[in-house]
Amino acid sequence: MAAELLRESFEIQGRNFDKAGEVSGEIKVILRDLGIDPANLRRVVIVAYEGEMNVVMYANRATLTLILTDEDVNLEIVDEGPGIPDIELALQEGWSTASDEMRELGFGFGMGLPNMKKNSDEFRIESEVGKGTSVFAKIRLNSNA
Amino acid sequence: MTLQEIRDLLKCEVLAGEDDLQVDVQQVVASDGMSEILAFAKSKELMITGLTNIQSIRTADIAGVSAVIYCRGKRPDKKVVEFAKQKRIPVFITNMVMFDICGILYNKGLKGVS
Repeated sequence: MAAELLRESFEIQGRNFDKAGEVSGEIKVILRDLGIDPANLRRVVIVAYEGEMNVVMYANRATLTLILTDEDVNLEIVDEGPGIPDIELALQEGWSTASDEMRELGFGFGMGLPNMKKNSDEFRIESEVGKGTSVFAKIRLNSNA
Repeated sequence: MTLQEIRDLLKCEVLAGEDDLQVDVQQVVASDGMSEILAFAKSKELMITGLTNIQSIRTADIAGVSAVIYCRGKRPDKKVVEFAKQKRIPVFITNMVMFDICGILYNKGLKGVS
């Protein structure tokens, strides 16, 4: 059983594009200061940032919980939002339901969830249409996948 | 190729990172899609984009690129430049379009990331 070293929760506001990315920036600083190696840090922060942007673009609000153990980094993003009707489709590169406004911000090209999955060692989505989506990602600290 | 050589070649104005012009880059990632940058950048690349909002610098920071060039004459606002300075990311602007920038840099031996 992995020993838990840190657990911290962050609130993300939906549709607040000015603050979008602040939580991921904070996570980067926390983990860097704890000495997480740059390659794994990069993977964690990409997952956090893409997840944060998804919340900002689509959901009303979310809680992102960062859990660091002596073996891995876990990110849990639980949102209140529209949910995802077809998760398999949402995970396909290039598939997107983004508006033009979102694309003008540089996001919504159908790469977000695939990027999160690619940078995780374990990745799971649970979603209920009309209620919200929960994303769980694990990044192992001894792997460089 | 150093940032200074790139600045001269592309006729850039330097908005941030005057002290980092000797930084060397070998690879380039160019897109207006931030997730594309995140998907392909492996760190230390030169990032070329036409997107000048705060997310461009957030993405640059998270992807770990060495510098950002804004193309086709787009100028980021002060807040974005201040944020780049805070993150120690050099920022250049040029009037050239992305296609020309990529062509010129490719000709000089820089490569894309795949």
